[in-house]
Amino acid sequence: MTQVEDIRDGEERVIERPPMEPTLWEKSRRGTKGVCSPGTDPQAVAIKIPAQLLRSEPPSLPELSELEVVRHFTRLSHLSRGVDTHFYPLGSCTMKYNPKVMDRIPEIPGFRDLHPRMDSEGMQGLLEALSICEESLASLMGMDAVTLAPAAGAHGELAGILIARRYFESKKDRTRTEILIPDSAHGTNPASAAMGGVSVRVVASGPDGGVDLDSLRDALSERTAMVMMTVPNTLGLFEKNLKEMIALVRSAGALLYMDGANFNAFMGVLRPGDLGFDIVHINTHKTLATPHGGGGPGSGPVGVTRELAPFLPSPRVIKEEGRYRLANPEGSIGPLRSFIGSTLVLLRALGYMKMLGKSGLRDVSLYALLNANYLRVLLDGVLPRKGEGLCAHEFVLSAKEFSNHGLHASDVAKEILDAGYYAPTVSFPLIVPEALMVEPTETESKETLDRFARDFRTICEKARRSPEALKGAPRRTPVSRPDEVGAARDPILTDPRSL
Amino acid sequence: MSSERRYTATHEWISPVGPEGRMRVGITDFAQKEITDVVFVELPKIGKKVETGGEVAIIESVKAAFSIYAPLGGEVVSVNEKIENNPGLVNDDPYGEGWLFELKVSDPAQLSTLPDEAAYQKLIVSGGGH
Repeated sequence: MTQVEDIRDGEERVIERPPMEPTLWEKSRRGTKGVCSPGTDPQAVAIKIPAQLLRSEPPSLPELSELEVVRHFTRLSHLSRGVDTHFYPLGSCTMKYNPKVMDRIPEIPGFRDLHPRMDSEGMQGLLEALSICEESLASLMGMDAVTLAPAAGAHGELAGILIARRYFESKKDRTRTEILIPDSAHGTNPASAAMGGVSVRVVASGPDGGVDLDSLRDALSERTAMVMMTVPNTLGLFEKNLKEMIALVRSAGALLYMDGANFNAFMGVLRPGDLGFDIVHINTHKTLATPHGGGGPGSGPVGVTRELAPFLPSPRVIKEEGRYRLANPEGSIGPLRSFIGSTLVLLRALGYMKMLGKSGLRDVSLYALLNANYLRVLLDGVLPRKGEGLCAHEFVLSAKEFSNHGLHASDVAKEILDAGYYAPTVSFPLIVPEALMVEPTETESKETLDRFARDFRTICEKARRSPEALKGAPRRTPVSRPDEVGAARDPILTDPRSL
Repeated sequence: MSSERRYTATHEWISPVGPEGRMRVGITDFAQKEITDVVFVELPKIGKKVETGGEVAIIESVKAAFSIYAPLGGEVVSVNEKIENNPGLVNDDPYGEGWLFELKVSDPAQLSTLPDEAAYQKLIVSGGGH
């Protein structure tokens, strides 16, 4: 173990940094086997491979036993941090606890063992479950129709933009090719718009962090196809002028899109459809207890109004005389991905909705709001917050005052790792300098929130008193500060030992 | 410090470098500090025509990706190929070696309408963000 000095709480002591797990290449030993392979002799393989495609030497692969591989990945999993091991207040991404009972759903053999090329008659159960999932989501969002096809939130945005384009094409309106996006939006919004072949115009926020009504009014024109809004916005604030904004967009003849990445703040409380949105995506991995990040795949269902339903991506699940089939309606924007969506993920989302029921889902959001506001009040005065009054499911603090000491929000985040937590989001949203975005989610106990608030306060005091100490954080993780600039400018993508 | 250098609220600088409205564009020192280490720059194609305020280039830092807007309308006549292999120049020398591209500005007289050094400094103090 490497010894490092720690001056936590002003008291100098030596702590030991946990060792990093070596790579599989470092552990590789010539001749070790984890599986019985047919070898490299082409005669031993029953398949006829053209001679020019045969490799001249064995592939360069690490050589380990099965148990060594199992231990390697188990140890790595212990070194990383997740919701199952640590409090995970990463804002904007809603890293919430997924009940373990949900893991049983994708294990049901009738779902798990289905071949994706099975015909509709052979998968009536799955199609019925997906159809119920669509209905449940439609009722939760207040929309008339839902597609389960998009593989992630950003994919849902792309679907929404293509639907909007097709809608205006169907009305022979070719002037509406511009999409308005607030400057606080998720970076995926403008990226999806660019991919969907429309141009982007950014709408400025006012000093309170909400969309500025005058900026919106100025930006709207006969070229505006759609306005994309995040509700609550990325500062964790419900737009105060939402009603006026919606009315403005309506009277300009444009469609309204809701980026529902923050749906965990209001499901069962408000329905986007009732508010007047035409297209809405949600992220099942942020809201409905499905795997997030590397544990994916993701899913980003999109709900639309009746008027836009004919344009939804194909294939659609259609119910006729008690039987289900897949159809490719003529007006559809076409397939967005292979087959019918991340089905096993969607089944988990369906299970979560059915397990909690309408009032349970509402409770999820109410507790997410309560936890965020409880933590917000505990941290009041520790660092300045962007926005006033109640927050939604998350809030944004600014660590700008530490920049006088040469510290960034990321230094605070790294010290938070040493205190035994995952870090809040840093440097987002971009409209707040040195942002720290905190989202506790609904499942954290009061004790966890109290402890985090106390430690956060201590860390900020330390940043004021001895800023140098934060520059050495984290000291308790196997890797302290990877060279992220070097990694981005000069990436080495192959382990040199593998060559 | 060039007295002819002018600035934008989105933190680009523009400065005349030749006759017939040839002007060089980069990002300000304030901007490079704000966005931190630049890791990638997507430069425009030579010959690209842009309007004032139109997106010309993209700068990616370890923090995020940022759009770079044309301080004045015109045509891209040259790009700084050095920063493609060495994007850190934008941080090290934003007003010199770290320039981004050169425009042949359609209406060079417009330059004087942009904020000068003193006006830009005021803008930063009043809290302009990217």
